[in-house]
Amino acid sequence: MSPASQKAVVYVRLKEGVLDPQGLTIQKALSQMGYREFTSVRTGRFFELDISANGANIDDRINEVCAKLLANPVIESYKVEKLK
Amino acid sequence: MKVGVVTFPGSNGDYDSYAAVKHVMYEQVEFLWHKSADLKGSDLIILPGGFAYGDYLRAGAIARFSPIMASVVSFAQSGGLVIGFCNGFQILTECGLLPGALMRNTGLRFSGQFVHVRVENTRTPFTNSYRPNETLKIPIAHGEGNYYNFNGDVKKSEQDGLVVFRYCDTNGNINMQSNPNGSVNNIAGIINREGNVLGMMPHPERAVEKILGSDDGLKLFESVRAALATSRHRAAAGKV
Repeated sequence: MSPASQKAVVYVRLKEGVLDPQGLTIQKALSQMGYREFTSVRTGRFFELDISANGANIDDRINEVCAKLLANPVIESYKVEKLK
Repeated sequence: MKVGVVTFPGSNGDYDSYAAVKHVMYEQVEFLWHKSADLKGSDLIILPGGFAYGDYLRAGAIARFSPIMASVVSFAQSGGLVIGFCNGFQILTECGLLPGALMRNTGLRFSGQFVHVRVENTRTPFTNSYRPNETLKIPIAHGEGNYYNFNGDVKKSEQDGLVVFRYCDTNGNINMQSNPNGSVNNIAGIINREGNVLGMMPHPERAVEKILGSDDGLKLFESVRAALATSRHRAAAGKV
């Protein structure tokens, strides 16, 4: 067993106003399939992080990796959800 | 001129850049391995096209943390000349040396074809041998070349003359039909405020001999040679 004592999930998505051609294509497909009530689709991705028990300042550390690597702050925003 | 071409795992344009410098320009060139921090006294660094680190996460996102990139960033910050072609451009925006970001092409397809670009700024070390508004035929080969930045930031880049190349038609007209990837304002290449770092999605290094379909990219290398012969950019070499 890994010594992970915490988990966090990071959700990364394009900022409001940034064109999401994949989402747009999915929305068009849905509409063609008859699901016309779904008027917009925005895509994103998530990362599951296992965090070892001895991690200090873990909230800051998570934010750091989000800003440095997981998200590109020019076009993307992120949200962190911590799980027990 | 002594050129260093960085090789990342997944680079595929490194030999194109190498060949352009060595066999067409007859200048010195060396490969720089991504795990090394040694720029080998280069006075121009090229970040080549390809799929560094498999483009995992985002194109260029992992490559920017390679040991060689720390040296490239300080080289650039001390005035050294750096060019990123294609994937190299993506790495330069990811590491913050150039403004903006490169997103998935709006058509969602990888696009490999000859395009035309117009030279928007000839007062740079990379374009001084071109005529203002000269139209070049140069290939592109990318899936994520859609240049994006927020409105205000794009306006500022435009005002400051940072846009160096723009997608155009064969006559040099800027329009939607000639935009292969959805880039804002048809931007194909941009420099930093200090004027020593260039990023562009098209591949001038693949258009340096007529037999390749075009030699319109050659003047870019000649421009750098001319700039290095005269100027301050040389001073950065050897510092890193």
